[in-house]
Parts: sequence; structure tokens; C-alpha cells
Amino acid sequence: MNDWIDIGTLADIPRLGARTLDTPLGEVAVFRTGDDDVFALINKCPHKNGPLSEGIVMGRKVACPLHNWVIDLNSGEAQAPDEGCTTTLPLKQDGDRLLLGLVVSTKKVAHG
Amino acid sequence: MNSVPRQRLVVIGNGMAGMRTVEELLRRAPVRYDITVFGAEPHPNYNRIMLSSVLAGEKQIDDIVINPLSWYAEAGITLHTGDPVVAIDAKAKIVTSASGKAVPYDKLLLATGSKPLMPPLPGLELPGVVAFRDIADTDAMLKAAEAKQRAVVIGGGLLGLEAAWGLKRRGMPVALVHLMPTLMERQLDVEAGGMLQKDLTERGLHFFTSGQTERVLGEAKAEGVVLADGRSIPADLVVVAIGIRPNVDMGKAAGLDINRGIVVGDDMATSDPDIYAVGECVEHRGQVFGLVAPLWEQAKVCAARLAGDTVATYATPALSTRLKITGIDVFSAGKLAAEDDGDEEVVFRDATKGVYRKLVVRDNKLVGAVMYGDVADGGWYFDLIKGDTDVTELRDRLIFGQSFADAGCCGGAKGSIDVAAMADDTQVCGCNGVSKGAIVSAITEKGLTTLDEVRAHTKASASCGMCTPQVQAILSFVTGADAAAPEAMCKCTDHGHDFVRHAIIDQHLKTQDAVRKVLGWKTEDGCAKCRPALNYYLLCAWPGEYVDDYRSRFINERVHANIQKDGTYSVVPRMWGGLTTPDELRAIADVADKFQIPTVKVTGGQRIDLLGVKKQDLPAVWADLNKAGLVSGHAYSKGLRTVKTCVGSEWCRFGTQDSTGLGVKLEKLMWGSWTPHKVKLAVSGCPRNCAEATIKDIGIICVEAGYDMVIGGNGGIEVRVTDPLVRLSTEDEVLEYSAAFMQLYREEGRYLERTAPYVERVGLAYIKKRILEDDAGRKALYARFLFSQSYAQNDPWAERASGGVDSHEFQPLAVVN
Repeated sequence: MNDWIDIGTLADIPRLGARTLDTPLGEVAVFRTGDDDVFALINKCPHKNGPLSEGIVMGRKVACPLHNWVIDLNSGEAQAPDEGCTTTLPLKQDGDRLLLGLVVSTKKVAHG
Repeated sequence: MNSVPRQRLVVIGNGMAGMRTVEELLRRAPVRYDITVFGAEPHPNYNRIMLSSVLAGEKQIDDIVINPLSWYAEAGITLHTGDPVVAIDAKAKIVTSASGKAVPYDKLLLATGSKPLMPPLPGLELPGVVAFRDIADTDAMLKAAEAKQRAVVIGGGLLGLEAAWGLKRRGMPVALVHLMPTLMERQLDVEAGGMLQKDLTERGLHFFTSGQTERVLGEAKAEGVVLADGRSIPADLVVVAIGIRPNVDMGKAAGLDINRGIVVGDDMATSDPDIYAVGECVEHRGQVFGLVAPLWEQAKVCAARLAGDTVATYATPALSTRLKITGIDVFSAGKLAAEDDGDEEVVFRDATKGVYRKLVVRDNKLVGAVMYGDVADGGWYFDLIKGDTDVTELRDRLIFGQSFADAGCCGGAKGSIDVAAMADDTQVCGCNGVSKGAIVSAITEKGLTTLDEVRAHTKASASCGMCTPQVQAILSFVTGADAAAPEAMCKCTDHGHDFVRHAIIDQHLKTQDAVRKVLGWKTEDGCAKCRPALNYYLLCAWPGEYVDDYRSRFINERVHANIQKDGTYSVVPRMWGGLTTPDELRAIADVADKFQIPTVKVTGGQRIDLLGVKKQDLPAVWADLNKAGLVSGHAYSKGLRTVKTCVGSEWCRFGTQDSTGLGVKLEKLMWGSWTPHKVKLAVSGCPRNCAEATIKDIGIICVEAGYDMVIGGNGGIEVRVTDPLVRLSTEDEVLEYSAAFMQLYREEGRYLERTAPYVERVGLAYIKKRILEDDAGRKALYARFLFSQSYAQNDPWAERASGGVDSHEFQPLAVVN
């Protein structure tokens, strides 16, 4: 992983919320949990491409605003009984800066 | 056993104890008897202890039926309802009913229950005086409540309090007279009884403790009661609930030994070896019974004996008590206080939270528990008492409850129910005497997957419901699925919507965190189901105080637009009463051009929908619309949507009143309000009803004589025509009554419950009582609505277009090349 892109600070993202940005890989949603963990996912629900950034964040999950699929922020997997997976992207915190890795991990390619 | 010819069993009494015995008997010896049951009441077997929930409007009669008529038929039981037995010939072994049926028996079971204890007071025979014992009594009380009269309840024990609360819930002013200085003195200590009285007083009940009733006032009907100290309390309904006494009539008729009750031995047989007795009619070792748990035990023993068992014996189990008043949690078991120097009392008290618990410890064993406010650990304490468990190890932490005590010794998770560690013979449901093992085998053998199924098959948690979390946990444990209880708000909690709402008010919970902490949520930040609900409940309960949590809003309410399938949004400006102007239309046209909005459509609610707006364009679109005076139409909200109108008397040759103008007034009054679900209104100018007011949440139909107000209608999947509520004569009345109904729905509707199911749930009679019959109550509702509106009527578009509210919503986090 070489190219880490600075996308802002933790404070830019509301707690239990998300912000989005356009990238060459498509729109990416960056989530912040209640305990200040951050996750980056391609902003598409594996079900009908709903914008996950607009969903309600709970624990380490988000509920898609279109049809309420629940997606795990860490793995991108849909919660059973639904099946599908959203692509996740590497994201790390360096001090208060958020660094996004614009590489899709091969094992996490969407298969839904 | 099949070779033995069938014997004849006659059961007198179709109540809980009798039928439980029959159920147990059928389980043990399904073909041993031909069974005939006589019941005095004209109903199938029902759960008498749930009558208070029927009275309070939380359950219907149908909900409390234990065995429907089909059950008797399937089990081959001959049932005679409404036909009491009037004579027993114990020598010839024949019973005779009121209608003249003579039925011979080999074994007879008496389960005639109890009669209400009536004090020797003058005036008790007057119409308007009732007991609280059966469906007929409950019906009489409901009828009185419908007429919105005043009630006095005599008796401050379990039954009296539940009766008083039920009547209060039905909208009656209620006073309660209790002979003793504190309430429920047999189950609660002075401290807990005092807290109970304080809480119920805050809820509007009036108490006359240390009050000895001297007589019932009135000549043709009850008009009140007079106390020994001279005080008099006016009332149209007098409920006597001071206790019960065994109904021994049949025992006497059969010539059995009678004391206070029909005397039975440890085998549940009476002095005639072919006649058994169970339930509240019996006396066992000098004790008579009023709580349900011993009845189940008696039924079990009696059924065993009837099935041929010669060793089963009855011993009265330890008893616990719970009060069925929604939102008030009281639990007690065993000793209420230390009885001598050897006993220790451990007391925990948090006055702010209204929590109190007292434990009585004797010889290192728990012998008593009294709890108020938070009773979650009641079952655990009760197990310790029944199990005669040595608590030396737990002693220091005992008062803080199971999770804390366990955490100290074996690391148990807080608030969780450890099903795996529960022994198979642990009694889970105290009301119905169901063990963990019985529940597990029912689930596995019958493939049960829902709480309702488990209740149907085992009766666990089907009575008072206190053990619902445990039953649910066992179900989840066995099936491995989180089968949510139907009444729970979501998987984060076992509590239902109504419970949570009451707790928010009663315990002054003002933040979501407080609700989740105090009510024991299983998740840190809730979920997509409960968060929006809690946010609404708090907003409704504490207008101006609670700060709306936009992270607990669905996207539409968060960005004040409707998300579409492609992730774009639709924007609907408000058009008051369906009126618009050329300027507004020009502004809408300009916006559509400027932002290349692909679709412009007229909605069913008489306004214009701009579809396909990109999220980042929303603030600019709103700013342009605002400039023309257009504001949010809240087409996205669980709140007031639109007020549809026809043209009315201003233009229409049939119009009787100014329906358009009234529609505008209603919309100006109600816009911006948050409600449990969306709310739509319509005003029609004449009975031709061109605005389709009869399928709206609130509809007004103008007539020559005034305005007909109709409520609870719904288009959509399940069309429901409104119920007529009232004819009003002025526009001001329309505004007041409509807002009062709106507020009632806001305060009582469950989140995502529309007015149609709400009205069906509470009943039109109840709405009438609150809106029509209680003038002061209606005005108070109206005032609360106006107060709430004073904080709600801010255009969310303006706040976001120029006010900078939630600006992060509409801007990218970063720009990446």
C-alpha cells in the first residue's frame, strides 16, 4: 500500500454519520462510528446500489436508506438473510488526519 | 389403560384452576375420562388475572381467552357455559344444573373459585356498585367509563389498584379509598407503598388512605361514598375490591367439610374421596388462595391423582407478587421486613430515578425482597428465596442485582440472561408454572420459532408477561435466531413502544442515551428501528428541550427531501390548501430549468413535485424556492404532509363553507409538526366530498349546519374510511378539535403507526371520550399542541439553504483527482 490520500480529519465527519467523496474508483463513503472508528466503503449497497452514506449508522453497521439492508462497515458484508458485499477500502488515522488507500482489496470485490 | 372403561369426570367451574387441571389430566391420561364441564359464566375459559389489562384497554377479551371453544371440542369435552350447577347428590353421584341437566359422575372436581368480599355497608345493593371479578363486572365498568362518570374504588390492594388505574386510563376521574395507611400493605413495605402512592397520585389518581368507608350514598343509584371521618366522595360508579372469599356453595351442597374454604388434603381430595377441589375455593392446611402460582401447583397434583398417581402431594410454593400497571414496576416476595434481631435488611434507594429495593436476609439466606421502579432482578431474587440458597458469597453485591453479583464471581455479562447456565427445572414462568426444560422441549419438538407460538404451546409468559425476556432468551438460545418479541420495539430492547414512552415521561428521560441506559438497551447506540422512534418520542415529550438528533432520522427527514431509487431527491414545496400563485409557479419553472430537473409532476396532495434533484444541488434549489416565498412541504416527513381542499363556497355553486380557506388555516396551524407517521388532511366544501376527506387522517366535510369532522381514514394499501367524530359549528372549533386529536395521536400513537390503526387500537369511544367529552382535557391537548408548534414551525429549507445547518451533508469530504 503506497498511495495514501489525505481526505481530511476525523472532525469533518459527524459521529454516527458519513461523508462522501468522488474518487477514480467511484463515490466513496467514509463512516465514523459512535466510538470514533472510521471506515471507507464504495458508496453502493450490494442490493440496489443505494447510497450507504445516507443510512443510519449503528455500532459498526449501516442500514441502507433504500431498503434497509444492513451492511457491516468493516467487512462490507450484508447481514443475513441478505447476501452481498460492498467493496471496502483501506483507511487509517494518522494523528487527526484520515488517509484513504485507493486500492480495492482483491478478496473484497463485490459479488452480490 | 385403554382396556379400562372410561370413567366420568364432571368439573364444576370453567375457570383457570379447573381447566388447568383438565389440561394436565389430558396430558397424563388422555383417554381415562369422559369429561363434562359446567361454567356459570357464558364464556370459554379465560385468564382472570388479565381482566385489569382489558379494563385498561391494553388487551381485548379475545386476547385473554385461554382455551377457545374449539379446544373443548377437540379434546372431546362436553362444555355447558352459562349453566351453573345447583345441586350435588354425593350419594347417587349426580350433579344437576340450573337448566335441569342431570349428569352422573365417577369423580367430581370442584373449581368454583371465589366471590368478591363485600363489606357490610349500607347501599351496596344500589345500581352502580360493582365488584371486580369477572367479564360482566369489567363490562359494567367499561360502560360506566364510556359515560365518563366519576368512580370510587374501595380497596388499595392489587385488585383495587389495577381497577382504579384501568378506569383512569379509560378517562374517568378516580378516587381510591383504602382502609390501611399505605397501599398494598400485604405485599409492600411502607417505603415502597409510599412510592407507589406518590407515582399514582402524579398520574392523577386520588387517594383516601386510612379511610374507612361507612356507606354508599344514593337512593335510586350509587352517588358516592361517605367515610367514617365524615368525608364524602361523589361518584357514579363504586367498585368494591377489598378481597375475595372462597366460593364454598357447591361444597356445602355436597355435604363436604367446610372451613373458610372447601377443606382439601395434600392430595387435593375433599372429605369425600371421589370429590376433588382446586383453586380459590379450597382451604389447604388452614390457608386459602388468591394468587395464581399455587393454583397451577394444585392443578398438577390434582390431575396426577385423578390420573391414578397415589403419591403426588401438594405443598404451597413460595409466592411473589407483581402489579399490572403499565410503567409502574413493583415486585415482592417473601418477608417484607426484618422480623427480629437475627434478620438483616439491605436497602438500596435512588429517589431521583424512583428506584427502591429492600432485601431481607436471615441466616445467610435471602428470605424476602421488595422492589420498586426497577424489578428486572425480581425473578433472580425469587429464585434465591425459593432455592433456599446460601448467599454469603454474594452478600456484598446482592442488592445491586444479578448481573453485578455474577460479574463479581463469574464474569457474567451485564443485563444478559444466561440461558445455558439455567437448570432445566428452573421455573421461568411463575404464573403458569413452566420450567426452562418444558419450554426447550416444546420449541425443539414442535419446531416453534416465535414467542407467540411458545406462549400458545407452553403458556410461558402468557399471563403477566413479566418473564417475557427470559422466554425470549430461551427461544433465541434454542433456535439460534433473534426472534424478536412482537411487542418489543426492536432487537435492542425487550420493551414495547408504550412502555418506553411512559418511562420517558415518568422517569423524566430527556436524551436517547438516558433512555437506553435506564431501560437497559442491549446496544450502545440503538439501531435504525429504535433510534428514529426514540428521537420522535423525546421530541414529542419534551418540546423545546430535547434537541433533535438528525443522525436518528431517516435520510428523507435528515435532508428534508425524498430519496429516489437512483439516489437523487425529490423536492415538494408547500402550497397552502392547494393554492398557488403565478409567481410561485414561475419560480418553480425557473428552478426546474436552472438545475435541469428532469421530471415535474403534480402530486396527489395538490402540489408540485420536482424529481431527480442531485443532493449537492438541494441547498441552492431551496434558496431559489425560498426567494419566491415557497417553503418545505414536508412531503418526506412523519409529520403533517398536506391539507387537500376543494374550492368551496368561494366559487363552487354547491359549496356550503369556505373549504379552501379553512384548509389553509388548518395547514398554517399544523405545518412543521412531527407525528408518529405521516398525516394528511382534507377539507371538502360540501357532502359531495370532492377533496376525498373520508380517507384522510383528519377530514372536514362542510355542511350547511357547520363542519363534520371525521378521523382515522387511510388510502394506500389498506383503504380505511374515516370514522365520524363530531359536527362542529365554527372554524375555530374545527381548528381546536383537529389539533387536539392531532396531539392525542402524537402522544399515544406508536412510531410508524398511522391514525387508522391507532384509532382501531384505542377505539373510537376512547377518542370521543378524550376529545368530545372531556372539555378541559381537549383544551389541554390543544394547548400542548400549540406549545409544541411554537418550536416546530421553522422552515427546514431556509435553515439549510442560508442558515448553514448541516452544511456538511451537501458537500464532499474531499476532492480527489
